[in-house]
Amino acid sequence: MKLLKIALTSAVRIAFVTACVSPLTALADITIGSVLSLTGPAGFLGVPEKRTLDIYVDRINAAGGVLGQKIKLITYDDGSKADQARTYATRLVEDDRVVAMVGGSATGTSMAMLPVFEETKTPFISISGGAQIIDPVRKYVFKPPQTDIMACQKVFEDMRKRNITRIAMLYGTDGFGMAMRNACLAWQERSGIKIEHEESYGPSDADVTPQLSNIRKLTSIQAVLSPGIGQGPAIVTRNFRQVGMTVPLYLSHGAATNGFIGLAGAAANGVRLPGPALLVAESLPDSDPQKKVVLEYKNVYEAAAKEPVSAFGGYAHDGLLLLVDAIRRAGSTDRDKIRDEIEKTRGFMSTVGEINMSPTDHLGITLSAFRMLEIKDGKWHLAE
Amino acid sequence: MTSAIQFTFSGLTMGAIYALVAIGFVLIYNASSVVNFAQGEFVMLGGMLAVTFVGLGLPLPLACLASIALTTLVGLLLYLLAIRPAGDASVVSLIIITIGASIFIRGVAGVLLGKGIHQMPDFLTWQGLNIAGASLGSQSLLVLIGTSAIVLALWFFLARTLLGKAIVATASDRLGAQLAGISTSLVIALCFVVSAAIGAIGGLLITPIGLTSYDFGAALAVKGFTAAVLGGLGNPLGAIVGGLTLGLLEAWSAGYISSLYKDAIAFIVLLAVLVLMPNGLMGRSSVERV
Repeated sequence: MKLLKIALTSAVRIAFVTACVSPLTALADITIGSVLSLTGPAGFLGVPEKRTLDIYVDRINAAGGVLGQKIKLITYDDGSKADQARTYATRLVEDDRVVAMVGGSATGTSMAMLPVFEETKTPFISISGGAQIIDPVRKYVFKPPQTDIMACQKVFEDMRKRNITRIAMLYGTDGFGMAMRNACLAWQERSGIKIEHEESYGPSDADVTPQLSNIRKLTSIQAVLSPGIGQGPAIVTRNFRQVGMTVPLYLSHGAATNGFIGLAGAAANGVRLPGPALLVAESLPDSDPQKKVVLEYKNVYEAAAKEPVSAFGGYAHDGLLLLVDAIRRAGSTDRDKIRDEIEKTRGFMSTVGEINMSPTDHLGITLSAFRMLEIKDGKWHLAE
Repeated sequence: MTSAIQFTFSGLTMGAIYALVAIGFVLIYNASSVVNFAQGEFVMLGGMLAVTFVGLGLPLPLACLASIALTTLVGLLLYLLAIRPAGDASVVSLIIITIGASIFIRGVAGVLLGKGIHQMPDFLTWQGLNIAGASLGSQSLLVLIGTSAIVLALWFFLARTLLGKAIVATASDRLGAQLAGISTSLVIALCFVVSAAIGAIGGLLITPIGLTSYDFGAALAVKGFTAAVLGGLGNPLGAIVGGLTLGLLEAWSAGYISSLYKDAIAFIVLLAVLVLMPNGLMGRSSVERV
């Protein structure tokens, strides 16, 4: 067994060394790395992300590649585990010699990988939500998708328009729900909203009627906000109607998928949530600067993957194209030059809105990245 | 008052499902001393297969029957391909085999049936009851009725049929049962089949309420095992009492305290019961078995 292992590792080493000295390296591909959560609890994020990356890498290569070279994408599955994500990040940098990295399906895996890329000066475009990834700003780390703070701001803004100020919150105790709950608690005063009552539910709970009947008792509550991801939002919505609650129900962008409407059924009608323009691509006015990008991505993805687009795949689309754009402008595969160009990105239109990076802002998007959506007759509609 | 009733409805519904999982544990444990950690996967398969069949265009009753039949077959195969070949391996090895089997079943289900979350419509279009402002959905009512029916049928089977009595005999003394001419391997296979069927029915009943996905079984296996231990591992009646107690404890803690402490409270009660009554709420004292 041991002998076999030694034999194998030596074989790999020899192959590796040969590959390095071979004259073909002059025409080597541009290697981009990705670590995604294809299995485990965050699998529903990673799967559309990987499909998107594969579809777009093929498209870019078919159109002649970047700087005359083909893109080679190396993807690893972290199984939704932060420690594995870090192991693969190290492998991508040390063994696969990637020039840059797009990925990190969840905030936890992105945070675990980020020190590796900072140390090795590898540009990293994270496609997960947490604001802590780019706050404080790290030199080699960028992250275009919306943050949970922005989701809270967007919801509170809409509540104020409807003269709602006193609300209850029912959050999931998973990482996503907890992070958004903390963000909303921190932001409520500045938005003029008061969260008067809090309840929580576990990520695998099948019934939240006890928590909802506690909220129903409180007559002063004008609306309920329920941050969460996975099956939670669908169960909350169904139970909300079941116990006969009539105040407006707001969910988080964690429920901004077509799957959510299918799971919640008729109970979803009337629900509002901050979501990406992608979900309402067709009904955006033609004057909307985002319409072209989101419609194109939607058509490309749905034709190739034969399934509806999700916001998460959109993040992967944005991350990859942002990186490719920066490599083109850098005119080289030098990691530092690519990093500098990502930071100089201005007016780059993506599925999360216009991206404007700067040395002090590695998020690059504004609140307009979120649209307030409402579900009517089982379809997404713009509520604004 | 309304809230208290609502908490109780919620607790009884979930408790009934936990009880079904616990009964599955107990049946197999009694006949073979194996704690079958793949029990939760039977519940997952019941729901996921039915969802898949409905998706393929089968009418709901037919999809449910097909799902129960297929899950039962998986239960039988688990015994024939994994447990029986292990022969006289120690109980710990057998338990580890069931853990392996559960990971295998989950993985295959994830690949074949998809990794998404799935739902099934309520079996009845009727909204359900509204008692003093607390709502009991029609599906929750079905869960309670279905669980009671299964329990009664199981009791009848064990106490009134020859095959059922063979199971009871094997459970109380395997060697004695063998000497009396009972094929114990047939009895154990039967227990896997019945446990799988009960798990599948539980999965069918709960899917319209709690949704389902390929990795839904592991959490339920832990809950069902807790319920079985709480009631006294080895006692079918204890499994029901344990399941309902666990469900009610969870719902009351979620309602009166916070759902953050729900699991902690359930486990504290479990520990307290095991310290004060080492054989569980309804368990026989182990002296009897010697």
